[in-house]
Amino acid sequence: MSLLLSGDTFVAPGPGEFWQPLIGGDTALAFTRPALLLIISVVFLTVLLARTTRKLAVVPSRTQFLVEGCYNLVRNSIARDVIGSREFLKFVPLLFTMFMLILTNNFFGNVVFLQFPTMSRLAFPLLLTVIVYLTYHIVGLRRKGFIGYFKSFVPSGLPIWLVPVMFLIEFMTYMITRPLTLALRLFGNMFAGHLLILVFVTAGDYLLLNTHNVGLQFSGVLSFAFSILMSFFEILIQFLQAYIFTMLTALYLAGAVADEH
Amino acid sequence: MSGNIAYLGYGLAAIGPGIGVGLIFAAYINGVARQPEARGVLQTIAFTGMALTEALAILGLVFAFVFATMK
Repeated sequence: MSLLLSGDTFVAPGPGEFWQPLIGGDTALAFTRPALLLIISVVFLTVLLARTTRKLAVVPSRTQFLVEGCYNLVRNSIARDVIGSREFLKFVPLLFTMFMLILTNNFFGNVVFLQFPTMSRLAFPLLLTVIVYLTYHIVGLRRKGFIGYFKSFVPSGLPIWLVPVMFLIEFMTYMITRPLTLALRLFGNMFAGHLLILVFVTAGDYLLLNTHNVGLQFSGVLSFAFSILMSFFEILIQFLQAYIFTMLTALYLAGAVADEH
Repeated sequence: MSGNIAYLGYGLAAIGPGIGVGLIFAAYINGVARQPEARGVLQTIAFTGMALTEALAILGLVFAFVFATMK
């Protein structure tokens, strides 16, 4: 980062700080740091879950208790309460995988050497959203057939002149707005949070070390303190965003599975 | 004073969805306070409403980036 070397003027961090290629330089197929973090998170989750579930004890150890807590959260309060007790078991693996993956990758923003929430690069939430998008469309099409699926966009009992308007609105919602907002919500939250912490840390560093005014140096210390507060706030947001992504996935699947009216 | 008015526009656009999501969850809290057994049903409705309302906030965020790079 050129901030510490420029000396005279403060260059604020921007979206360019999120491009961190490891192998391959500035090309499109470079292997970037968030890609490495994703691989690390998958390996970590596989090892953690395999080892915890190997010898399940009735009186759980601490790791088993935490893993069981996460699984119960996804299975009971997200899958069963939203999708309904008849069909939810088929979707629990997808929901649990999404939740644990997003949670781990988000928490990488707090871990000491890894400080980069993987989901702050748009490609990763986009990929997860593509998976969710294909899943809820294919489930809906299989359940209701091709014609029945498009008929289910419009609730029954509407006056006839309202049907085209409702169909258009619901079609746009199902096809465009839902995947767009699902991906952008996760991306926006992680990007904004990380950028916020970056701004306060780099500003604190500049104010503390590169100015010669005691008042400004004191405000540099305040800036550092505020960045610590924002880090705690970010932990809450990271958990919340993982929860909301999984909850909305379950909601969209429930809509695809439901046979209503 | 120079700059891009799109940044002001984004700031103003964030007011509406903020109030909207707050209203939705205020209603959810009220409902659960009156009848705690309805928590599961109300949770589904609350999150559906939140997804729809927050869509406008996210559209605002996207257009802020688009307007910032337009001339």
